[in-house]
Amino acid sequence: MSARAATRVFEGIGVCGGVALGPLYVLRGPAEAGRVAGAPEEEAAALQAALAAASRDLEALIEAEDALAGDILEFQLALLDDDDVTAPVLEAIAEGVPAHLAWVRKMSEEIADYRAGGDTVLAARAEDLSDLRARVLRHLTGAGRPLGDAPDGAILVAEDLTPSAFLDIDWSRLGGAVTAGGSPTSHVAILARARGVSLVVGARLPLEALPAGGLAILDAAAGRLTVNPDRAARARAEQAAVAEAADRRSLVAVLHRSAKTADGRPIRVLANIDAPQLLETLSPEICDGIGLTRTEFLFASGSQPAEEEQIAFYRRLLDWAGGRPVTVRTLDAGGDKPLPGVTVDGESNPFLGLRGLRLSFARPELFRRQLRALARAAAEGPLKVMLPMVTAPAELTLARALLDEEIAKLLRAGIACARPPLGIMVEVPAAALMAADFEADFYSIGSNDLIQYTAACARDNPAVAALADPRSPAVLELVRRVVAAGSARGVEVSLCGEMASTPALVGTLLDCGLTMLSCAPAQIGPVKLAIAGYRGANDSGNTGSGIDDGE
Amino acid sequence: MKELEPAMQWVCDAAVIRDPTGLHARPAVKLTKLAKTFEAAVEIRADGRNDWTNAKSPNKVMKLKAAHGEPLHIRAAGCDAEAAVAALVALLHRDFVD
Repeated sequence: MSARAATRVFEGIGVCGGVALGPLYVLRGPAEAGRVAGAPEEEAAALQAALAAASRDLEALIEAEDALAGDILEFQLALLDDDDVTAPVLEAIAEGVPAHLAWVRKMSEEIADYRAGGDTVLAARAEDLSDLRARVLRHLTGAGRPLGDAPDGAILVAEDLTPSAFLDIDWSRLGGAVTAGGSPTSHVAILARARGVSLVVGARLPLEALPAGGLAILDAAAGRLTVNPDRAARARAEQAAVAEAADRRSLVAVLHRSAKTADGRPIRVLANIDAPQLLETLSPEICDGIGLTRTEFLFASGSQPAEEEQIAFYRRLLDWAGGRPVTVRTLDAGGDKPLPGVTVDGESNPFLGLRGLRLSFARPELFRRQLRALARAAAEGPLKVMLPMVTAPAELTLARALLDEEIAKLLRAGIACARPPLGIMVEVPAAALMAADFEADFYSIGSNDLIQYTAACARDNPAVAALADPRSPAVLELVRRVVAAGSARGVEVSLCGEMASTPALVGTLLDCGLTMLSCAPAQIGPVKLAIAGYRGANDSGNTGSGIDDGE
Repeated sequence: MKELEPAMQWVCDAAVIRDPTGLHARPAVKLTKLAKTFEAAVEIRADGRNDWTNAKSPNKVMKLKAAHGEPLHIRAAGCDAEAAVAALVALLHRDFVD
């Protein structure tokens, strides 16, 4: 790399994080890496080595992950040791087919077989086979564990990242990531915010033209990647990194105190939990409970979780929270969260289709089982149940009737249970406009979908991301209406969407009258800091939000 | 691997699948792991089907589509065939609990 290479700047949308200086690591698909095939004996040995390496990966992952992830991975591990799978591959290799081709052909055949015939549970396992196909292929092509060869502090550049690819990467070693695709409200963005990973999405990058290994500066707050920075830019980046470290220290100071505005108003700050692993690294002392538990991961394996398995997780949440309230959202699949075997394939517009509560009504057994598990867990602590994607009051009435029926059955069977408060997520404009008509025990505004549906901008389309403005008067008017409905009916209103995880928007939300925010765990500190700096609009001498930087 | 006699003596039995999702993923892995601990050839068959499947292949067992509430037929041939069939039946009876 020439030191005099020209500086190039790429703009995208900053999701979260700060400034990082490090070498570029350009992620290319395993197929592109290619390999030169050897003689059949060498190819057979290469396959055996790749299978063994993949087994070791999976064993290590099973060790590190929770029991649920372990069950999913156990099946993959078992397939690696299945002669029915490996023998035909070795036969093809003996006939002269290169190892990687023989492997991919056999696995692709199996995947098609799993998907054929319309068995939804089997079709869901096809994802496991496809994951395994990629893992062994990575070893065959020498790519190894994803990013295992990336230098410490590297800045990852990729066309796009899937949530599973994101979770497979050890982010503690890396400086951050830039993707050409994606949007700030995608699931990868949510995962990044929860884990404090610096991420820029929607950057127009010529991936093939980027100098792999070349020095770059990622400014995630500004949404910018600078390739081949000059000496002055490097010095500025280093300074910014030092300043961020100082900011982190002031965050620690507010983190363990209850949040209060500069004019002394108490604000409750809760955590959004999307995976049980988050509980291990998060102290309940820094928040006022869990404002949103996403339960999709329970269903991610394609096999539907048993009641006991669900209760174990809900109980774990209550134990962790130690008496603080825990809000659990019922399964919210569909839209951009397909769930093999549960969601409906081939909808022309999945965001406007059978998703959230609508899907739960279409899968009553699944829904009833979750309600039963929640009612049983509610006997053990302050658990609340939240329904996603509610559009009309009749839906809440129906959900409440189902919950009542399940509770009655449990009582008849002599099983301990309690009636949890039943609230709704307000994310459909129809529900926001008429919030007071819902007999909800609480309201929680889901800003991501509320913005998407109000602005008619798909969350996964970067081309319309600019129009999906969280500060648009229309969105804020809907937020104010829900707050007003909550105070008229005397029930709690919180906001659990990404807006609450964005410190720059905290002032705007408090201006709307909100007193309860639920945010990504990594953002609790920054959000509390923003609250501490906020002075109400009615306060004399201040006309703004106090947080707005006015830029 | 011991060669099997040409006229194999199969030990047969059956047990009902209690897992609500049928013989999928976790149960399939447990069943094949257990089958592999025996030297005998172990095969299973879904109720109402004629073809037997190698119980030591997770891939084959997964594709068997053996459903909840139906009997699973088990047979084994070889030196420890009796023990193999008994162990698999017991696994089904205790609903794959360790």
